[in-house]
Amino acid sequence: MKKDIILAGVGGQGILSIAAVIDRAALNNKLHFKQAEVHGMSQRGGDVQSHLRISSDIIYSDLISQGCADLILAVEPLEALRYLPFLSNSGWVVSALTPYNNIAYYPDDNSIRNALNKLPRKLLVEAEKIAREQGSSKTSNMVMLGAAAHLTGLSNASLEDAITWLFERKGEEIVSQNLAAFRAGLQAGKNQN
Amino acid sequence: MDNLLLLGDEAIAQGGIDAGMSGIYAYPGTPSTEITEYVQNSHEAIQKGIHSSWSANEKTAYEAALGMSYAGKRSMVCMKHVGLNVAADAFMNSAITGVHGGMVVVVADDPGMHSSQNEQDSRFYARFAYIPALEPANQQEAYNAVHYAFDLSEQTGLPVMIRLTTRISHSRSGVIRTQNRNQNTLSPFNQSKRFILLPANARRQYNSLLEKQPGLEEISNHSSLNYLVEGDNLKMGIVAFGIAFNYVMEIRVRHQLQYPVMKIGQYPLPRTMLTKFFEKHESIMIVEEGYPVYEELLRGYFNNEKNILGRLDGTLPRTGELNPDYLAKALKIDLPPALPPSEILQPRPPMLCQGCSHRDVYEALNEAIRNDERHVFSDIGCYTLGALQPFESISTCVDMGASVTMAKGAADAGLRPAVAVIGDSTFTHSGMTGLLDAVNDQSPITVIISDNSTTGMTGGQHSSGEGKYIAICKALGVEENHIRVMNPLKVHYAENVKIFQEEFAYEGVSVIIAQRECIQTLAKKKKKAK
Repeated sequence: MKKDIILAGVGGQGILSIAAVIDRAALNNKLHFKQAEVHGMSQRGGDVQSHLRISSDIIYSDLISQGCADLILAVEPLEALRYLPFLSNSGWVVSALTPYNNIAYYPDDNSIRNALNKLPRKLLVEAEKIAREQGSSKTSNMVMLGAAAHLTGLSNASLEDAITWLFERKGEEIVSQNLAAFRAGLQAGKNQN
Repeated sequence: MDNLLLLGDEAIAQGGIDAGMSGIYAYPGTPSTEITEYVQNSHEAIQKGIHSSWSANEKTAYEAALGMSYAGKRSMVCMKHVGLNVAADAFMNSAITGVHGGMVVVVADDPGMHSSQNEQDSRFYARFAYIPALEPANQQEAYNAVHYAFDLSEQTGLPVMIRLTTRISHSRSGVIRTQNRNQNTLSPFNQSKRFILLPANARRQYNSLLEKQPGLEEISNHSSLNYLVEGDNLKMGIVAFGIAFNYVMEIRVRHQLQYPVMKIGQYPLPRTMLTKFFEKHESIMIVEEGYPVYEELLRGYFNNEKNILGRLDGTLPRTGELNPDYLAKALKIDLPPALPPSEILQPRPPMLCQGCSHRDVYEALNEAIRNDERHVFSDIGCYTLGALQPFESISTCVDMGASVTMAKGAADAGLRPAVAVIGDSTFTHSGMTGLLDAVNDQSPITVIISDNSTTGMTGGQHSSGEGKYIAICKALGVEENHIRVMNPLKVHYAENVKIFQEEFAYEGVSVIIAQRECIQTLAKKKKKAK
């Protein structure tokens, strides 16, 4: 088993929480993993990305090569497009549809949707809407993880365990909110397939 | 033992906690900040009474760590590459005095300049000072390297550098803890001649440092951080340093190449090992992250007698961070086909947070100097983002503290108004001494201390001058009626513009302290209080 995943979004959107859940699940499954993330200046409203690699064999490089990513998981649509050169010819793009518009010249909604729709394997999710229906728009990231769960190579159960582990110290309510968002994301992923 | 989920930085910190470290000193700087943060948040470290706090700057941090070593305890000092420039005086001289309790200097370089103003390679500094340096390639090696570095430091009586680069500092993986060593007992070093660098002592100590060099090379020849990955294809041998080893191995395994690889993780170089390796191959590729430090040296060792490939001949890019794709190209392997970048893509640069106090400072500042030519000397911190749209307020950013002294120089040259913008943490890091120079020379400058009560850019660490800025400026000799305090909020806009204008017109040193807490730390505090 080997999965190369690029997580993409804007600082503050919860990319690193998605990464933490996948890392934890990989660790619990005794898989090798490496996850390179962006810290510092770029967290302030700039683009952030994480290279996440999971494998049953030793992983050497912390970075994914061009044309090798099995999955681009984006919590923001423009950010999904930023990493296309990494995508392998059988790779998937799973992206949220709500734009985070904090720049001049942000492309209009239609051109973003067109660009995403042109991709051969994509799954586009109204993550924020779904998260709000589950009680909190803050859990959009877990909706996205749910939608992409079947592409991570990890079982839903082990991802749910890792979600519980990650949010435990924030209290039971936060745990169940995030689990609900994850499950709603699973459903959203299934509905499109 | 435990299998932990750690960043490279955190593996270093956990390594320190487990290796019997008694104190850690640092000034925050990406990508090194998380080392000290981890120790500060570790219950274990608190239980063990490990001292950890933010220092005013890297030099004070370095000297404190040296003092702890003098007392016989194990100490660690951490910084980013440019921070070592600030600590360089203490660093170079600590190699001459040597250390007593183990002392580890962790320096995180930032090739590719993800959040830095240059790419300098700290391995040069280790060579410059003639001290051993270690360069781990992964998180487990980083953890193990700390244990080894403390032992090596005590064995050789020298500070030992651990050099990280961004990609190992900020990459996460599983790390298995191996041992838990007790702290050293207090045992002050009593051969004071070693620690007093008067010329007579310094000359003796310098000779002793040079005498240690062959021994350090011999230790490298047997270090577990230096080893050979065997292969059948003797046409080319690859020497891979630190994290570069990961990229070499990634391509080697993926494409089933048989080039032997010599992995280097300890300096000075294991010369015997390398000589044997060089003799076996027709050509050699040298892969290192950062400057071609050892490529240059190895060309000399072997009189350029072989075909030596690397960053100097263009086989690998001369600048920036390495990655597996560069290695593939260097090894003449075709990259897999890739989608072109999307045509509608737009860059999304970092920016000041909505509601940030620096925004209000720049808005009022722009208004106050609207009719003048802009020449605002800025410093390093979040407020450097005032260079970007929509503010475009500032014209310089060079190094920590330079805003004050550059404004001074410009004022001495006749420029008016000469304005410096500096953050609270940067001011205590290295702005205070420059302000003293300006006061002594009566240079007409206005220093704006944009005080958000934290070290914002690195994530909100404690700022060492908190609540002391008026007192500091007064003590440095700034006249009391030219130390102005403002609250950078929209409601005070007109008033603040007026304060700026009044002080810009003053032919002397003035300081404006714009005080409002960082909205990020404020939000965190509110959350915690709930």
